Amino acid sequence: MTANTSPFIIADRLTIGLPEGRPLVDGISFEIGKERVALVGESGSGKSLTARSLMGLLAPSLSLNASQLSLAGNDLRHLKPSQWQSLRGGKVAMVMQDPKYALNPSKTIGWQVEEPLLLHRKLSRRQRQEKVLAMLEAVGLANPHQLIKRYPNQLSGGMGQRIMLAIALITDPEFLIADEPTSALDHAMRDQVLSLIQDLVAQRDMGLLLISHDLQQVADHCQRVMVMYQGKILDRLAAKDLPQATHPYTQTLWACRPSLATKGKRLPTLDRAALEGYP
Amino acid sequence: MSTIRLDNLNVSHPQGYQLRQVVQDVSLRVEPGECFGLVGPSGCGKSSLLWVMAGLNPHWSGDMVLAGTHVQPGSTFTGQLRRDVQMVFQDPYASLHPRHRLRRTLAEPLKRLGVENIDDRIAQGFQQVGLASTLIDRYPHQLSGGQRQRVAIVRALLLEPKIVLLDEPTSALDMSVQAEILNLLNQLKAEQQLTMVLVSHDPDVIDHMCDRSVTMQAGRITHLS
Repeated sequence: MTANTSPFIIADRLTIGLPEGRPLVDGISFEIGKERVALVGESGSGKSLTARSLMGLLAPSLSLNASQLSLAGNDLRHLKPSQWQSLRGGKVAMVMQDPKYALNPSKTIGWQVEEPLLLHRKLSRRQRQEKVLAMLEAVGLANPHQLIKRYPNQLSGGMGQRIMLAIALITDPEFLIADEPTSALDHAMRDQVLSLIQDLVAQRDMGLLLISHDLQQVADHCQRVMVMYQGKILDRLAAKDLPQATHPYTQTLWACRPSLATKGKRLPTLDRAALEGYP
Repeated sequence: MSTIRLDNLNVSHPQGYQLRQVVQDVSLRVEPGECFGLVGPSGCGKSSLLWVMAGLNPHWSGDMVLAGTHVQPGSTFTGQLRRDVQMVFQDPYASLHPRHRLRRTLAEPLKRLGVENIDDRIAQGFQQVGLASTLIDRYPHQLSGGQRQRVAIVRALLLEPKIVLLDEPTSALDMSVQAEILNLLNQLKAEQQLTMVLVSHDPDVIDHMCDRSVTMQAGRITHLS
């Protein structure tokens, strides 16, 4: 296996698009190792498509082209369904945007958290049960014994997102992809969930790809940031360098957050016409 | 005189055959031309309070005066009051009719009120919020989220309201588009002396926009600033 020497995810000239028209993701290249990376951009910039291509979850109507696309040494361009099965959930896991839609409403929490273990690990029923309870505790949920009998509609948004995280992490994958994990939550809950993701990822020595449209929020939780606009990666920089970003798009995203200090002033907005001409 | 005056207001939601009280004993004043903020976690009753002020929930008790009109509990908003109070909803995808062109959605209330030069007014409204007039004959799904929220703002403003109620107007939008909408609201407020009530779960948005605000928790006002 080359996975130990080369980066965990390698994408080279990755292009995703419909049969006609402008490509939705336009020839982007990146490498991600065991680190925390944020992929930031507006809606429609192709960040979610990029993440989905790494999980093999693209809609069948979309075509994918790349000169290289690999994850943990597997070439993602030519995987059979059974090979995807062992990769997804086992080596790489994903947390979706809205727990209301991502959880199965007709199954108990306990069943849903246990399912990845049935698929990917050979454990006895008792071992699985213990692991589920330990995992629910690790994501900060009280009373796991009662919780496993509940259904998703009995949970609040923040609890639902913690359950999603438990499902993703229960098989101890090497990499986590989080696609706007906090956009369905209210403000106080957002920082809690992001801190929890950051802590768990650090404890387990995992890699993280965090997708978001809020640059200031991810800056505290990631080491490196890639900024996307209209299918291209415009800017790459370390999170600590964000206040001194030189690219106008990154600067605007960084500065457009309202606060008490900006009261009465105009917030900076994007000059989209000027961006077209910028290299 | 205050544009909005609420005294000892209680709000309930019907749940089966019973009413569940979600807002208790709220009193507040909003002065003309002011932007007033309601902050709090989800489920604290801030949207419920706003829906009562918009006349969308008749299950309330207490005393309410809106733009000089004394409103009776259980009554529907009619006549001038219906024009004076307008609302912009949270989700721009759900708040415009998906199968009507924007011109039809925007013209409907104006036709109902017998307003003249409807087309001119709509074109003027589009210009005011920075939308190209070529978009008037599109369907909502042909617009981006930020554009749709601008259309929702035009819809409210065409009726020349005194009070605009904003229910999380930017929480479904990207950070960069949020900045554009907040700038637009500030500009409109300065131009037209609008009284605005802004509901948000994001304290930063309230800090940026509002002259005064209250924090709500479990149906009560806990903090005034």
